Amino acid sequence: MKQDIFMLGGQEFQSRFILGSGKYNVELIKAAVEQAGAQMITLAVRRANSDGEGNILDYIPQGVTLLPNTSGARNAQEAVRIARLSRELGCGNFVKIEIMRDSKYLLPDNAETVKATEILTKEGFVVLPYMYPDLNTARDLADAGAAAVMPLAAPIGSNKGLATKEFIQILIDEIDLPIIVDAGIGRPSQACEVMEMGAAAVMANTAIATAGDIPQMALAFKKAIEAGRQAYLSGLGRVREKGAEASSPLTGFLRD
Amino acid sequence: MKINGVQKECPANFTVAAMLNREGFAREGVAVELNMEIVAKDAYDTTVLKEEDVVEVVSFMGGG
Repeated sequence: MKQDIFMLGGQEFQSRFILGSGKYNVELIKAAVEQAGAQMITLAVRRANSDGEGNILDYIPQGVTLLPNTSGARNAQEAVRIARLSRELGCGNFVKIEIMRDSKYLLPDNAETVKATEILTKEGFVVLPYMYPDLNTARDLADAGAAAVMPLAAPIGSNKGLATKEFIQILIDEIDLPIIVDAGIGRPSQACEVMEMGAAAVMANTAIATAGDIPQMALAFKKAIEAGRQAYLSGLGRVREKGAEASSPLTGFLRD
Repeated sequence: MKINGVQKECPANFTVAAMLNREGFAREGVAVELNMEIVAKDAYDTTVLKEEDVVEVVSFMGGG
């Protein structure tokens, strides 16, 4: 079987699982990354503490690509500001744009996200925009130079699964960029399903962070994502809408 | 001056490097914004802060 490489921002990845680092103890990051087989991890940018708290980067294994997000941004301008600061923190030029005006459902502002994408791609960032799965916006993001599109499956942190399934499928079918499903995926089976549909990768945080055993759940997601990818590559068997089709020969030697 | 939203003293000839030191921020692992503009790391020793400056010192933390 030929190697299945995931190209993103000119970089090669073998893993299609982007892991979040929020809501759990930094001490568990290394184990989670290892079990997940993740080669990319998201981070947030915040006001620094001076209480001697350890640097989160010390807990992330070498060679893992950092994907800072712009969480907290309420418009394009704030997202650009956070992205520039994140690059100054010396982690490369990947950025996940996340712009939220709504604090109840944390839904992304698609229009502002397009604006921020335009600005940041011109500044040389590899831009991964988190978005509500809308085909027109996805086309605008592609035109703006996004490296991928990150549609939500369900509200952030909800673990509710593929609430937007039909619309994610439209993006997969119509957009000539990797579709990375982000937010709301709560179970490995949902990650598997979206990979079967042809998603390029899955990003998950809360599903792992709120699991009983974090490293074990990271491993379960890894397996599910790999299984879904393999199923997609192999081509799913057809569905027979009516009736049945025998898998075993119905040789009638029991009765003539 | 304001550092991360808190009003602070600004002595004479107070450089960004001196500010980080006084406030207990490790120079590595932070980025500094002065009046909305990023201060390059190699300018920390030469950039002098003023009374009316607004400074943000940021770092990475866990996030999704």
